[in-house]
Order: sequence, then C-alpha cells, then structure tokens
Amino acid sequence: MRKLILSAVTAAGLFASSGVALANTGGEPLMKPGFSWEGFFGRYDQAQLKRGFEVFNQVCSNCHGLRLVAYRNLSAVGLTAEEIKEVAAAREIADVPNDEGVISMRAGRPADKYIGPFPNDKAAAAANGGALPPDLSLMAKARVGGPNYIYSLMQGFLDEAPHGVVLPDGKSYNKYFPGNAIGMPPQLFDDLVTYADGTKASPQQMAADISAFLNWAAEPELNERKSLGLKVMIFLAVFTAMLYALKRQIWKNIH
Amino acid sequence: MSGFQTNNKVISWLDERLPIFSMMQHSAIEYPTPRNLNYWWNFGSLAAFVLVVMLLTGIFLVMNYSSHTSLAFDSVERIMRDVNYGWLIRYLHMNGASMFFILVYIHMFRNLYYGSYKAPREVLWWVGIIIYLAMMATGFLGYVLPWGQMSFWGATVITNLFSAFPVVGQSIVTLLWGGFSVDNPTLNRFFSLHYLLPFVIVGLVVVHVWALHTVRSNNPLGVEMKGEADSIPFHPYYTIKDLFGIGLFLMFFLAFVFWAPNFFGEPDNYIPANPMVTPPHIVPEWYYLPFYAILRSFTMDLWIIPAKLQGVVAMFAAILILFFLPWLDTSKVRSAKFRPIYRQFFWLFLVDCLVLGYVGGKPAEEPLVTIGQLGTAYYFAHFLIIMPLLGKLEKPKPLPASISAAVLKEKA
Repeated sequence: MRKLILSAVTAAGLFASSGVALANTGGEPLMKPGFSWEGFFGRYDQAQLKRGFEVFNQVCSNCHGLRLVAYRNLSAVGLTAEEIKEVAAAREIADVPNDEGVISMRAGRPADKYIGPFPNDKAAAAANGGALPPDLSLMAKARVGGPNYIYSLMQGFLDEAPHGVVLPDGKSYNKYFPGNAIGMPPQLFDDLVTYADGTKASPQQMAADISAFLNWAAEPELNERKSLGLKVMIFLAVFTAMLYALKRQIWKNIH
Repeated sequence: MSGFQTNNKVISWLDERLPIFSMMQHSAIEYPTPRNLNYWWNFGSLAAFVLVVMLLTGIFLVMNYSSHTSLAFDSVERIMRDVNYGWLIRYLHMNGASMFFILVYIHMFRNLYYGSYKAPREVLWWVGIIIYLAMMATGFLGYVLPWGQMSFWGATVITNLFSAFPVVGQSIVTLLWGGFSVDNPTLNRFFSLHYLLPFVIVGLVVVHVWALHTVRSNNPLGVEMKGEADSIPFHPYYTIKDLFGIGLFLMFFLAFVFWAPNFFGEPDNYIPANPMVTPPHIVPEWYYLPFYAILRSFTMDLWIIPAKLQGVVAMFAAILILFFLPWLDTSKVRSAKFRPIYRQFFWLFLVDCLVLGYVGGKPAEEPLVTIGQLGTAYYFAHFLIIMPLLGKLEKPKPLPASISAAVLKEKA
C-alpha cells in the first residue's frame, strides 16, 4: 500500500507540473464569486440559469450568437414549451426553397439553433466597428478561468484608461481582457433587465447570472455528468474494495 | 503446452486443430511470474486496458465524427450535446489519451529504476519504445481532429519541424499536409492515420507480450528466477492483482472524466480553427512538453547548421537514445535497489524530465530558456556520461542468491 500511495503522489506531481505548465499567465487575477456548480456535489441553480438566459436574450444576443444551443435545449434552464416557442419565433431564419424555388424567411422554431443577430461574420464585424463579437456557446470553456473570466470581464471596465495608456478609437479599457483594449463597451448597469423572479438586477448579480448561463451553454451535461459520476464512484469503491479483499485472500500463502 | 486438459469433446476437438486453449493455459494461467513483483508492475496491464478503452470509445466517436474542416468542430460539439452519452464517450477518449501517457511514463520509469532493459530484455525494451513512438504519433494526430485553434496551430508547428531537414524537408511537409498549408487534406489523412495507428499499436503490444513471455518478467530484485520457489503462476495471483489495479486506476481516471474533464486540455481548443488568427502561446499536449523544451533549447545557429535543425535532431535523438540504453548502462546489476548511487541519479533524471516538461509549457523567456538548456544538457549527459561511467565506478551492494532467498529473509 505504501508503494501505491507513493505512486499516487508521483502521479499527482506529474499533473501539478503539467497544470502549472498549462495555466496562462494573465495580468489581473480573476474574481471568483464561487459558483453553485463547483465542487464535488455542485449543480446548476436553475433559477440562476433562467435569470442568466433573460440577460443573454435581452442584452448579449443583440451582438453575440449562441449557435450551438438549440431553443429546445432551453427547457433545461426552466423555460416552458410555450415560452420556448415564443423565444424561437422572435427571430427569422432563411427557410428551405419552396416548390417554386423561392427562399423566404420564416420564424424560428424550437428545433432551430439559437438564431444569431447577424446574417454572417462580416456583417457582425461591420456593425461593431470591425471587431467580431464572438459566439458565446463555448465561451465558458474557451478562456482560461472560464466562468470566472466572464464574471470578471463583465465587471472589469474602467471609466477611463489608466494614465499613459492610449486606447484606439471605439475601444474600452478592461482590466481582464488580454491587451486591455476591448471592442465591447461596458454593458451592465443597475436594472438593465427586469428579472421575472423579482431579483434585484445589480451589475454583480447579472454578471454572475450570465456566467452561469454561459457555463450551462458550454457544458449542458454537467448535472448529469456529476450525478452519474457519483454513482459510478460508489460502485467502483465497493467493487475495488472487494477485489482487494479477494487479492488478500488469494495471496495469503505467498506473503 | 502441457497443462491443458478437458473432458469437453468440442473444446478438445478444436484445441487439437488450433491450440488456443492450450496457449491460454500456457501463457495466461500457468505462465511463471516472479513472486515478488510490486505494484509498479501493474502499469503494463493498465496501459493495455486503456488501449482497449481508447479503441472502443474511438470506434463509437468515429460513428458521429466528420473529418471535413467545415464540419469537424461542430460534429464534435454535436457528440457532446446531442449524441446519447456522447459527452461521456468523448471525455473518456480525451482523458484516456492523457491516462495512457501517464501509465506508460510510469511503466518506463519503473523500467529505468529496475534496469529491466538489460540483457536479455533489450528487444522487449525496443518494442516498448516503438509503441511509445506510435503512441506519440497517434496522440498528435488525434489532437488535430476536433479542429480547434490548438489543433490547427499545433499541427502547423509540429509538421513544420520536418522542414528543418535540408533538401527533403519542404517536400516532407508538403506530403504531410497534402497541399501547401494545413487544410482539409491534412485533416483527412490525419484522421485516416489516427484510426490506423492504434491497430498497429495492438500488433506491437502482441509482439511486446511475446518478447516478455520469452524472457519473462524482471522483478524488483533484478535477479532472474532460478527455480520453482521463485515463481508463482500468473493466474490467479497476478490476474487478481491486475484487476485490483484496474479498479484503483478507474477511480483515478473517472475522477477526471466526471469532475475535471478539461483539466488536461487547452481552452483554445474550444475555439474553432482559424488560419487567420494565431494564438499568443502555442503549446503541444502535456505529454510532449519535455521534448518540446529540448527542441526549443537550441537557439544559436552553428556554422551551417541552423538552430531549428539542431533542435529537431536533438528532439528525435532524445527518444532514439533510449534504444541504446542497454549498452550505455554498463552496470551488470539491474535493480537500483542494489545501486545506491544510480538510485540518486535516477531521481535526478526524473526531476530533470519534470523540469523540462514545465519549461516546455511556458513561453520561451529567461530564465526558463537557460533552465531548459541546462535541463537538455543534463538529459543527454545522463545517458551519455553518467550511465556509462556509473557502471564502472559504482560499487553495487551484494545481490541475494535468489528471489525466494530474499523474500524469506525479509519475512524472518
């Protein structure tokens, strides 16, 4: 057993070194609000996901897409079938050619992926001073720090660039953005949205909610993954203990 | 092939014509194994187990993957979101690759510690190195398939290494790419080879086990089995011990799959590949980092040899030098247990590899460049200077007369 523990420690050392090696070196350390889905038993808070969706749908989605999430998936954040139809129908998408070969626009349906605000990336960049607002489907996995990065970024704007820093036209200063000059202006102000559940919409609250929603968008399987993991681990713990007992029994005469 | 007997007429009919049952009896049940193997000897069977996991999960992933540049990224996301338990299969495959390398690295360092590469196990060791090379190729090819930013730029950087070779370099790169940049033909041939190579590895594993069963296992004492008292049959002793190891390993492996599935990954690979945007810091997968550090530690052109070529040659040499280890190590004693000075150099070498791995994952800035260069120098010095000299200078401790003698002495 001593050898086993030693092996575990060696392996842990290997990971620690690789983990350090992979971590990016950033400037300002990220804020960490402590999200509900962190830790061994952590799960998404559905009420928070729904609030986050409200912010996304009313604010973020004016510039950002969410092309990997289908409207039907929104039942997981607590939308009813009727609400999903309503949200989907708010935007139009090109239909398949009809029998005359004419392509017309139709309202979105629950089976569609979330319809973005712009017909293509060029149009999106042109409407945003040349900077393409990135699709947010995987944002919580595609940045070092994930949801903490989103949470920090949304609150990391300074009214003025620090002394001596010259910002290009149309850029804002953000403490957490690589290079600090970000195309997106500050977004979150008190009562920017009115939450259906009556929660006070402070910038901090909205930043946390949108981070939660985007984390769900990137890892919709998280709840299912962790709950399956728990069952698998309990099984394996019992199974491995039995194997160990059997091993002891079989090896009794050798040792 | 003596011990196999059965009353079942069908089985004995078959066995007389194709002796699979006799063979299993001979090589998986009666196979004499040293009685003193410790848990470090579990890692070979664990690696074989992970190979099977990788093959199975890989086959199911392919059923839903599209190897076209315009579809690859989204097809992986479809697996993650819409395929039943697709997220589980993909995370098993993704983390399984890292697990495979962790297990194989432990397996290799165990081999270095106990001197298992020495006569008569040189060919067994060679086949192992070839498996490792095939794994590195497979891992690299597989990392390109999701077609994220790190897939694309990793592929660009690594394939470009071959351009360092004079005269033929650029032609090799064009051949690898199937064109003049990393693009759809590259992805297609990488996918094809990523599916092929694991089966090559399976074949190599068969040869590895064949060689093993010819020369038998080394053991922590490093003295050969001499009589019946030194060995025990593989079954049930090592079948149960290996199964117990698999249980422990699965808990370790699945902890990552279920709770930290992206621990070994790079966030950049969740951004679709974009040839127009270079990530600020391109790193290969963690298991290549020590070699990446060796590659980058050559920074000065020498006469007509450019730094890049030196680095590439050094990187390949760092692996190929392992083939010569059985002769570079001049000591007659296998196990570090009886080599007090080698034992310390073994740990130094392990630390050196970890330091190189750390340096390989960081941007090339001082003081890391110098540390990487020192680490590289030490890496080669370990094989070319320390190992040959140590065998001559070191005075090993006395070896036990036999395995059973040592085991009985320990018990008393």
